[in-house]
Amino acid sequence: MAPLLEIKGLKTHFATDDGMLRAVDGIDITLNKGETLCVVGESGCGKTVTAMSILKLIAMPPGRIVQGQILFEGRDLVPLASRELDDIRAKDIGFIFQEPMTSLNPVLSVGEQVAESLRRHEGLSNKDALARTVEMFKLVQIPNAEARVHDYPHQFSGGMRQRVMIAMALACKPKLVIADEPTTALDVTIQAQILDLLQDMKERFGMAVMLITHAMGVVAETAQRVVVMYAGKVVEEADVDSLFESPRHPYTQGLIRSIPRIDLDSAHKTRLEAIGGSVPILIDPAPGCRFAPRCRYAFGLCAEKEPALREIAPGHRMACHLGEKQGVTP
Amino acid sequence: MAGLTLASPSAERRLPYSPWRETWRRYRRHKLAVVSAVLLIGLAAAVVLGPFVWRIAINDIDFTARLEGPSLAHPFGTDDLGQDILARMIYGGRISLAVGLAAMAVSVIVGTLIGALAGMSRGALGHALMWLTDLFLSLPQLPLLLLLIYLFRDGLKSLFGPEGGIFILIVLVIGGLRWMPVARLVRAQFLSLREKEFVEAARALGASPVRQVVRHILPNAVGPVIIAGTIDVAAAIIAESTLSFLGLGFPPDTPTWGRLLFDAKDYLDIAAHWALFPGGAIFIAVVAINFIGDGLRDALDARRVI
Amino acid sequence: MRQYILRRLLIAVPSLLGISVVLYTVLALAPGDPFAELATNPNVPPEVALALRAKFGLDDPVYLRYFRWLAAMVQGDWGFSFVSRMNVDTLILQRLPTTLYVIGSAQLLALAIAIPVGVYAATRPYSIFDQIANTLAFIGFSLPTFFTGLLFILIFSVTLDWLPFVYSTDVKGTGIRWLFEQIRQAIMPVMVLGLFQAASMTRFVRSAMLDVIRLDYVTTARAKGIGQARVIVKHAMRNAMIPVVTLIALQMPAVFGGAIVTEQIFRIPGIGSLLISSILSNDTPVVMAVTFVFACLVVLFNLIADVLYGWLDPRISFR
Repeated sequence: MAPLLEIKGLKTHFATDDGMLRAVDGIDITLNKGETLCVVGESGCGKTVTAMSILKLIAMPPGRIVQGQILFEGRDLVPLASRELDDIRAKDIGFIFQEPMTSLNPVLSVGEQVAESLRRHEGLSNKDALARTVEMFKLVQIPNAEARVHDYPHQFSGGMRQRVMIAMALACKPKLVIADEPTTALDVTIQAQILDLLQDMKERFGMAVMLITHAMGVVAETAQRVVVMYAGKVVEEADVDSLFESPRHPYTQGLIRSIPRIDLDSAHKTRLEAIGGSVPILIDPAPGCRFAPRCRYAFGLCAEKEPALREIAPGHRMACHLGEKQGVTP
Repeated sequence: MAGLTLASPSAERRLPYSPWRETWRRYRRHKLAVVSAVLLIGLAAAVVLGPFVWRIAINDIDFTARLEGPSLAHPFGTDDLGQDILARMIYGGRISLAVGLAAMAVSVIVGTLIGALAGMSRGALGHALMWLTDLFLSLPQLPLLLLLIYLFRDGLKSLFGPEGGIFILIVLVIGGLRWMPVARLVRAQFLSLREKEFVEAARALGASPVRQVVRHILPNAVGPVIIAGTIDVAAAIIAESTLSFLGLGFPPDTPTWGRLLFDAKDYLDIAAHWALFPGGAIFIAVVAINFIGDGLRDALDARRVI
Repeated sequence: MRQYILRRLLIAVPSLLGISVVLYTVLALAPGDPFAELATNPNVPPEVALALRAKFGLDDPVYLRYFRWLAAMVQGDWGFSFVSRMNVDTLILQRLPTTLYVIGSAQLLALAIAIPVGVYAATRPYSIFDQIANTLAFIGFSLPTFFTGLLFILIFSVTLDWLPFVYSTDVKGTGIRWLFEQIRQAIMPVMVLGLFQAASMTRFVRSAMLDVIRLDYVTTARAKGIGQARVIVKHAMRNAMIPVVTLIALQMPAVFGGAIVTEQIFRIPGIGSLLISSILSNDTPVVMAVTFVFACLVVLFNLIADVLYGWLDPRISFR
């Protein structure tokens, strides 16, 4: 079966005063129909830029896709003009953004903001679009939907606004929904509700989900497959069980060790580990592995040669020199 | 160590720069602002040093050379009495630039005082001053300017002489109607800096309120105030020229640029040069000052757009 | 919404009172007696001058005189113009429509230029178009209206002889011909005032659009595939207009200044040229009244701006 979305060798760079910032620097991601894929990594690792590149939502200039293909149902989106992409945006690929507080237009009613894509893509009349909007609001469990479609974003709480965003992303029943940190800005109790809602919607509409997050907890709860990104590169990719059971890349191991464990009793509890240092600046990055300066296993080769992504078990790929070298396994 | 690895390479590269050199570096990037600065310095030098080089008196009447176009003897031509327009413009330029600078000084001083007072007082006084600022912002400036000059010019004329009296009046009135932006900027600085750590530290160390203000708060407001002050110079030059153009500024025998235009406007069909030269001079001075303000905005305060 | 407008109206009253206090203070502080020359003016019979002195109660304490003056102004009793030999309110009402017509047309022209140019420039920041528009805007608001006025007369009347440079109240002809002449004579004053306004407005619009265009909700709108034009006009522009309305309202005092100059250059019989001629002929009641009318107009336009603001921004009117 052909994958729904296939990103091949994508490089998205940004022109800055100090030089070219290589936010995404040659990544491959594949997403199958109906699958939930989590893209995980620290802030600044390029996961949001990857997501925004798919529908060319990055600011251009200064941003630019310098290389690579983004195949959606076999069709390359990179060379398409904005006008042509408009037929795919919201219709085939829906987008949920990180900040529900700022992602809704403050001067338009929430109903109108959902209805306008229905009118554009489904050719509905004002009346029908509004009716469908009310229906969507009910689906995402916004109480009193008939009245609330006429309200403005400032009359909604953060969690309710994110429900509006979800209704907006799902309105045209897309084949793929990209959710960029959909719960980060919300209270913890609301986070779980929103994730459950996403899960429900996915089951109901049978779409694929690309969930971008920095929280390993969210990954464990929702993902089928996981892509770990670091400094504009994919460092490891696996299905969710093998990733948590046998993480192979030192960075992934660090991420997993930094999750608090409440399921262990105090005798087994270890100190919570943090990964020292921070994401490198991606202007003129040094040669070699980008994680090497923070890696406790780094050795000579790591500073010289960039490790390639290679398959180490069926469906499990990672980019690290460890394991190539005899006798050292993390 | 951790702090060092976090610092961006660009920040390290710029570290040895002094703030003034950094300002100059950013100002230089604005090409039109640099050209404007040169132009304005040239204009100022011309009106200050001009009389030593160009020795025709401003009131030399020569009826044989009435309304003549530009020539070697009169590079900017002559007016209806055969007076040399270049000489008159040099004289008028001194007045225009002096009015601009003096009115700017008035507006910056008044604005800083009111802004500082409003920023320091948390209670009714602060509110009252801000209400006053808003009130002044909605005053119709030109009508009020005209009214003030209409009511006061005779009194001041008798006190300070026809030219001096009008100069003082115009400077005070123009400056007195333009202090509001400065007051707002200074107050905004006060409100944002009052709770900042370094001011609190100064307070904790027992610095007096006056010392806090003069040493710690005002220096931070200097950038925006310089920009507002620069724009004020241009606005004051326009205001003075407008008054003169309406025949209500300096006395008729004082050839300010606006007055030259006022006198020239009935001869547009036969002596266009008479209007074009002073009008051009006003335009060049104003546009140069505005561009300098724009360059300073880039250099001192990159965030503000308006 | 209605409550919001009502509240704005109530806020406008103290500003008007404040302005009247400023004006009256200025009058009271003025050296000499502004009515003294009435006694020596041969056009004014002595008993009228005396009646006037008594009416204005020139020997009462200043606050009493202020309240009396204010009461008279509110009742529409604005005094008598000795130069025009008619009541000041009648005189001003005669002249006001012309001024509003010129200012209004100029504002429309300015908006018609500034919004498209500013928006287009903001969608292509630092492009050639943006740089040219920016430079022209700078030149535009650095050119004083009296100089542009003279330049226009020089070009379009003296050299090309296309347009009349004197505005006339009784245009000859009827029907279409009359309308055509009416428009023709208004072209230059409206252009002078409108272009001056358009210059600063273009900068407001551009910078407000630049601020809005990078906000999250504009990206959300782009992700909906509704087309670039709709994203800009429906999502970005509507939000950018909110600060622009305020800035335009703040510009109104300067617009009236420009209108006075323009009326003077083209001899338009509006309240601006009335102000100048009354100053030149020492007609104090008219000077005071016209200044006050200008102040009222500024407050009125601020009020209109507030209402627009509430209409554009649902967050305001719901509060």
